[in-house]
Parts: sequence; C-alpha cells; structure tokens
Amino acid sequence: MGALLGRLGEAAASLLGVCTLVFLLIHLVPGDPVAAMLGEGARAVDQAELRAALGLDRPLWTQYLDYLGGLARLDLGVSLHSGRAVTALLAERAGPTLELAVAALALAVVVALPLGVLAALHQGGWIDRVAMGFSMLGAAIPNFWLGPLLILVCSLWLGWTPVSGRDGPLSLLLPALTLGTGLAAVLARMVRSSLLEVLGEDYVRTARAKGAGPARVLWRHALRNAWLPVLTLLGLQFGALLGGAVITETVFAWPGLGSLVVESIQARDYPLVQGAVLVIALAYLVVNTLTDLLYLALDPRIRSR
Amino acid sequence: MSAPLLEVEGLSTTIGAARVVDGVRLELARGETFALLGESGCGKSMTALSLMRLLPPAGRIEAGAVRLDGVDLLRLSEAEMRRVRGARLAMIFQEPQTSLNPVMRIGAQIAEAVRLHAGAAAAVDARVLELLRAVGIPDPERRAREYPHQLSGGMKQRVMIAMALAGDPELLIADEPTTALDVTIQAQVLGLLKTLQQQSGLAVLLITHDLGVVAETAERLAVMYAGEIVETATTAAFFAAPAHPYSRMLLESLPTADKRGARLAAIPGRVPPLDRAFTGCRFVERCPRALARCVEQLPPWHEAGAGHWVRCHLWDADLVDTATVAEPAVAEGEQVPVGEDAAPLLEVADLKVHFPIHRGVLRRVVGQVRAVDGVSLRLRPGRTLALVGESGCGKTTAGKALLQLIAPTAGSIRYQGHELAGLSHRRMRRFRKDLQIIFQDPHASMNPRMLVGDVIGEGLQALGLARTRPERLRRAAELLELVGMPGAAVERYPHEFSGGQRQRICIARALAVDPRVIVCDEPTSALDVSVQAQILNLLKDLQARLGLSYLFITHDLSVVAYLAHEVAVMYLGRVVEQGRVEEVLERPRHPYTRALLSAVPVADPRAERRTLRLEGDMPSPSAPPPGCHFHPRCPEARPECALAYPEGRAVSATHRVHCILVEAEG
Ligand SMILES: Nc1ncnc2c1ncn2[C@@H]1O[C@H](COP(=O)(O)OP(=O)(O)O)[C@@H](O)[C@H]1O
Ligand code: SF4
Ligand code: SF4
Ligand SMILES: [Mg+2]
Repeated sequence: MGALLGRLGEAAASLLGVCTLVFLLIHLVPGDPVAAMLGEGARAVDQAELRAALGLDRPLWTQYLDYLGGLARLDLGVSLHSGRAVTALLAERAGPTLELAVAALALAVVVALPLGVLAALHQGGWIDRVAMGFSMLGAAIPNFWLGPLLILVCSLWLGWTPVSGRDGPLSLLLPALTLGTGLAAVLARMVRSSLLEVLGEDYVRTARAKGAGPARVLWRHALRNAWLPVLTLLGLQFGALLGGAVITETVFAWPGLGSLVVESIQARDYPLVQGAVLVIALAYLVVNTLTDLLYLALDPRIRSR
Repeated sequence: MSAPLLEVEGLSTTIGAARVVDGVRLELARGETFALLGESGCGKSMTALSLMRLLPPAGRIEAGAVRLDGVDLLRLSEAEMRRVRGARLAMIFQEPQTSLNPVMRIGAQIAEAVRLHAGAAAAVDARVLELLRAVGIPDPERRAREYPHQLSGGMKQRVMIAMALAGDPELLIADEPTTALDVTIQAQVLGLLKTLQQQSGLAVLLITHDLGVVAETAERLAVMYAGEIVETATTAAFFAAPAHPYSRMLLESLPTADKRGARLAAIPGRVPPLDRAFTGCRFVERCPRALARCVEQLPPWHEAGAGHWVRCHLWDADLVDTATVAEPAVAEGEQVPVGEDAAPLLEVADLKVHFPIHRGVLRRVVGQVRAVDGVSLRLRPGRTLALVGESGCGKTTAGKALLQLIAPTAGSIRYQGHELAGLSHRRMRRFRKDLQIIFQDPHASMNPRMLVGDVIGEGLQALGLARTRPERLRRAAELLELVGMPGAAVERYPHEFSGGQRQRICIARALAVDPRVIVCDEPTSALDVSVQAQILNLLKDLQARLGLSYLFITHDLSVVAYLAHEVAVMYLGRVVEQGRVEEVLERPRHPYTRALLSAVPVADPRAERRTLRLEGDMPSPSAPPPGCHFHPRCPEARPECALAYPEGRAVSATHRVHCILVEAEG
C-alpha cells in the first residue's frame, strides 16, 4: 500500500516536471520565438501583435500560471497555422498513433515471447541461433530503412498493401511491422536471457525435485518469475517506440501524433509543437507508471516493502 | 538384514571434463539416517543430484546403478522418474532462501507437491495445513497465504521439509539442510527431522561437512574425498577410530576447548582438481603418511572392522601392524599468560548504533533498527575477545562502529585512553594504523583487478608508510612470508588463490601497517574445517609473535572455546553475558548462553545429549521485546522479565550476566 502511494506520488511529481519543461520549451529556443515563427523580414507590428496574442510580452511566471490554468481546463491554445484548438487537433491525431503503437506492441509481443522462450529452452541449438540471428538483424535495421524496404516489396512489387495513408486494417500492417520489429528484437533477447537465468535458480530445481514436468516447471515457476524484468524493459522501450513512431508515421504518411510533430515543426507552429510533445511525454509517463504498478501487483517482495 | 532401501553401485558422474563423482557405492536401510561427509567440492551434492537425476545441464551420469527398492532409477524414462521424484525420493537443499518460488504463496507451493502425487483434489487444503502443522509452523492458516520472503530462514527450511513430505517419500535426501541456519535454528530443524523420521520410518541421506551434525544424527556414514568414497562405517566406530588419514585429520582439525594451547592439525593444500585421471591415492599430496606406492597404485578397499571399510594403503596386509601406530602428538604451544591484568587497550562503554528506518515518498523516519544497543567491552593487549551470537544480533555492526567505519549513535570507544567516537576522518587517521579489520568473505573484500602486492600495499600507501611502489612490494612479500605464503605471490591476482589463501592475503594486508588491534569478522566462516584450522593456527602464531589483540567476531562457539581468552555473548543488540572463556562456556549462567551451547552439535557420539532447545526465531531488532530481550523465547522467563532490562550482575570479578535469575548470588 505504501509502495503504491509512493509510486503514484512519484508519477504526480514527474507530471508537473514534464508540464514545466514543455512550457519552457518555447523559451529555450535560441533567438526570438516570434521572429522564428513569422520568418525573416516580418513587420515589427505583426511581431508585436503575435507576441501579445501568445502572451509572450508578460512576465514569465504569469505566463506559467496561465499555462497551468489552461492545462487544468484542457486548453492548450490555438494552432497558428490552422487556427483550430490545439486539443482538438491532438485528439484527432492521438487515435491513429494509439492504434499504431498497440498494433506494433502486439506484433512484437506475439513474435518475441515464443521466440525468446524457444531460444532459451534450446540454448545453443539451431533454434536459438536462428532466433538470435533474427533478433540481431531486427535490432540493427533502422526504421527509415525498413519502412521504405517494406513498401518497395509488399506494396510496389507484390501489391498486397497500400503504399501509404490510413485506410482500412491492411494499411496498418506495414507501419506496425516497421515500428514493432526493433522492439520485438530487443524483447526476444530479454525474454531469452531472463528465462535462462530463472531456469538456473534453486526454486526451479525445487519444482523439479517435487516431480513437476517440464511444462509445469516452465509455466508455473519459471515464466512467472522471468516476466518481471521483461515487463520493466517493456515500459522503458515504450519511449523508443514513440520516438520510432515519428519516423514511421512520416514514412507511411500515417496521420498520427508523430507526423503532427514533424508538420508542426516545419510550420513553426509553436503551440501545436508544445501540445504534441506534452501528449507524447504524458503517454510515456502513463505507460511507465502502469508497468510499475503491474510489477507491484506481480512481485510480492516489492509490494510489501 | 532385509534388502536395502537404496543401493548405489559404481556411480560415476561428469560435469564437462571433470569426473565429480567416481565409482560411488552406498547402501541405505529403511528408516536409517546415513551421512555423506566431506569438505566442499568433494562431490557430495553431485552425488545427491545424480540420485535424483537433477544434474545441472552439463552434468552426465556415465555409469552405475541407483536401485530404490530393487528398481534401477537410472534405467527409468524421464516420465517414470518424475513419478519417483517427490513421491518416493524427496530432496531438500542447502539454501532455503533461494529454494522457494518467490512469487508463489507457501500454501500453493505445498499444494502443488500434494496434487502431483496424491490426486484427491478435495482434501488438498486440509493436507497442506496438516503438513505445515507437522513441521511445526505456528498459525498455518495464515502462513499458507504468505510469500517466502515473509518467512525466516528456519521457517523456509520447514516449508521445504513440508513440501518434501507431501508425497510420503521413503527416502529424503537432505543436502546441507542446516548449513545456512543459526545453531539454535539448526537444532530445531535437526530435531524436527528426527521426529518425522521416527513417526514415518523415513530414511534420510544427510549430506554435510559438519562432523558434529553427523555425530548427533547419523547411524552410519561415508566420507567422500575428491569424488570418491574413502571410508564408510557406523558412526560409533568411525568416531572411536577413524581409519583413513583424511578422516583423522578432519577430526583433529576441529577446534575444541581441549585443544586450547595446542596447534590444530591443519590439512595442507586443497582438494585436487577433478578434471584429471588419478593413478594413485587422491589424497597423496596432502597426506602426511603417504608411501611410495600411494603415488602409483590406487589404494584398494580394506576392512578395518565389522562393516568399517577404508580405502588406503596403510591397511595393506604388509603394513597393517604399523598402521595403527598413533600419529605424532601435536606440539604443545607455549601458553603465555599475557595481558591478563594489563590495562585495557580498547574500552567500549555503552556503544549504540541505531539505523533509521525510512518510509514513504518523503522518506520519513518511522523507526529505528537498534542494531547495537548498549554494548560495553574491554580488550586487553595480546588477548582475544570473542564476540559471539547468532546472525543479525549486531556483532558486525559493533565491530565496524568500534573502528569508526560506522558512526556510533551513542557511547564511548577509548583506545589507549583516547576517545575515538566522533573523531573527524583526519583526526582518526592517526589511529587507523593501529586498528585493522579482516572480513568473512575474502573474495568480496579485495579488488579483483589489483595485484596481490598492491592490495597489501594499499594501506601502506594510504597512511604514507611506504612511498615508492618497489618499497611497498618488498614489504608485501615479507608479509606474505609471515602469513605462510610465497613472497612471489605479490605478482599475481587474488582470483588465482583459494579461499584460505585469500584469507591469508587479507591478514597480510591488515598486518601491513603494523596494527595493535585486529577486528576479525567471521574470518573462517566461509572456509572448510581443515582450512579454518590453518587460519586459526596462523592467527594464534601471529598473536604470540606480535602481541596482537583480536576482537574475534563469530557465531561458532567451538572456535571461541579454542581461540579466545574472553567472550561476550550478544543477543539482539545487547551483551547478555561476558567473562573469561572458561567461566562462560563451562559455567554459563544466562539461559540464552546455555541454549546456544546446548545447540552446538558435538563431534562425539558418546557425548551426552543436552536437550535444551529454543523455540521460535530471534525477533527483529526494529521491535525488540520489552524488558529482557530474550524473554519471549526464554524457558525460564517470568512476568518480571518483561518489565525492565536486567542490570549486569557480577558472578565473579570477571564474569557478568544480565538476567534476573542470577541476582541472588550477585
Ligand atoms: N553447476 C556446476 N557446473 C560445473 N561444475 C560444478 C557445478 N556444480 C558443482 N561443480 C563441481 O563439481 C564438483 C563437486 O561439487 P559438489 O558436488 O557441489 O561438492 P560438495 O557438495 O561436496 O561440496 C566440484 O569440483 C564443483 O566445482
Ligand atoms: S593411500 Fe597413502 S596417501 Fe592415500 S591416504 Fe593412505 S597413506 Fe595417505
Ligand atoms: S531475565 Fe528472565 S527472560 Fe531474561 S534470560 Fe533471565 S530469566 Fe530469561
Ligand atoms: Mg554441496
């Protein structure tokens, strides 16, 4: 119970930290943000007008309080480019990204778990070597290379899937594959090493000494312990997944937050950049808090501390 | 005699290139306790795991037969073997801490064993509770719902036993079942095994390195050395007249009170590596009585008495008459009665070390662990004061606080009249040279990437005693010779040495700065008895030559009896009894000291069995019981005991006891 409250307290503190950093983002850009937004050669009046509209002419701490107040009302300001509310734009783009992330994660887990378990059970055998070979390859290929490669083969040569855009379940396949491959590779390795370590533990020997068969030893004893470190890794890898989403979405013209970040940066649409970064950071925070809570639920040793 | 329950013949097991079990032959009768005895690395565990067919991945059984009730287990299929494991043949292990699944409830782990062999699903829960009760776990309903980390080490070993009993086995293999436990808990667990055995007619194959445990529990035994059995006998015959030189030396290397003043018979060297073929006796390099034929010919089995077999050339027909000639008596060491009345070198008064317990996000202090709670000691020049107690009673913390390695919470530590408590790092430097420490684990206390010479020279450099490296290396080489190692070892790395040699290096390091006092924190607990004897001999020699004072921290009362002049017995952060060794060990007055002494197994089957056994575990030092800390476990406790901490009462000028029962004679 104490551990649970502690973890939630930590999450709340990081939340405030993230919001503050995102707020400061606009002030950390070298030079004058307004000049940067309007481009060179803009008129001084226009600059002053924009500065006033964004509230950049007021003291920093009033801006900060306003920003926090806005957050509390779910008001992130207005996009400079389209004039629409930032929250509305984010809401539109969050769905597709969530869809992509979940698909990539599911794909990674479905491939990596059996691969890692099989590799561990046949340590040193050909299954192990093939699995780890794939894993090495998967971890080495960058998304900006794998994406176009998949488009070339599956869409252009074979014509199985659409080249880009979000149109039906089939269009999800290639982006999810691109995004999930790296994660699957890391995950398979982790599952393998964690399971190998657990299989050497004394309590596994105890289970065998009881007369338990290999399936029972694996499911009831080994895997239940081997998950724990894998779970932590999964939480941490979620950050890499979000980073990968920016590239993958751009390659496949997937209308998600990642491509929104790229578009808004290109358009120097600062409120939108701010909003998108905030949402991505929040997603990371939420996922990590959730994995930690799950860990608490699964590991009695930490729970009682 | 009816057919034996277990017959092992010609069992040979390899791990990679090493033949760790070689031609082992054993026979166990129903209901019998049979001990397999030997130092670590001799192949005892691998023999046990071969019987269970649970060898590590690289292990292979090369030859032999393991017949349980006439059925050769080595010929069963793996599926058939699974029906034997846990049902007819069960096993418990040395490390209860790691042998239970940490994410599964105790009850579920036992229930699994019940289901695997009994079936009858309806009665499983009742059977789990019955088993927990049978192994003496209080409040079994609650315990069944707990996880392993919520139980003490002794409780976990009880759970392991409950699990092993679930399938009603005929034979229980217990691999060092009490080695990781404190003596009072060891006595509980061994007592439990004996009771269970009497109730159910279970046979026990007890694997141990502890001659005392063997003498107290086993009916017959076999001695294992370097993968081979070298002697087998009834326990009585073995202890009356051990036939193999190795067995004799093992017994002689045990520290005991009657060997005070004498050197222990240490066995030089160590067990040979097992990845080579042996042409002669495996013990030849360490045997003081080796003959020419021992190098070339494998010694055959000889009968040394009824049912007493030994594998040694000394029993060859042409030699047997001289074989029984007594070993040369060990040289009497000179006993110098130094320092008995000298002024104390180190005087500790009311030392307290409390560690705060932090909780929550704000790390608030919610309590104190009273690791050391009012300890007073006196160490005189040239003498050894033993600080003895079970794990967690605060011995190590007291030793470290004494050297200012941990800041004491309260109390005074006077060294030659100078107060050390609260000294700044810089002011303490002056005294660092005089006060040194050696630790239990010689592996962990040395930087593996430093040469031995630099490890030893470190202190010289830090205290500015030898400025150049050649100078330090020269001094290090001298010190190595002093502790009985070749000076050339300065050029090598710590990992190239065995545990005993590493402990010698640690001693050399402590000696480098020419100290007056050495705190020895369990320096021999990780070592085998024969190596322990080498280190104890060395410490004794050094004391006689250099006039060192030792604060010797240990849980082992036989080491205390052998080595120490004075002893202080600790329980839960406090000293409950202290005095000269003869007084405290021969005429103990505190009930805890008495219980501790009676729990120590004696390596002599004829010794009378003291039956004082403590119940329960030591409470946590964060919530010590009020009054006398010992009262919840004290067999003689009365209501007043819970009221106040008993004052120290003098039984003699040197003997003080903290117990209300002692008052009358004060
Ligand atoms: N898992 C293992 N892998 C390789 N060698 C091992 C393993 N376990 C034990 N050994 C080796 O087998 C020999 C016998 O060990 P063991 O049976 O554990 O001895 P004991 O139980 O008598 O202490 C030793 O040389 C040891 O180093
Ligand atoms: S056979 Fe020889 S070397 Fe071996 S124990 Fe006997 S006397 Fe010693
Ligand atoms: S004071 Fe009481 S409880 Fe403590 S040891 Fe003496 S008799 Fe036992
Ligand atoms: Mg062992």
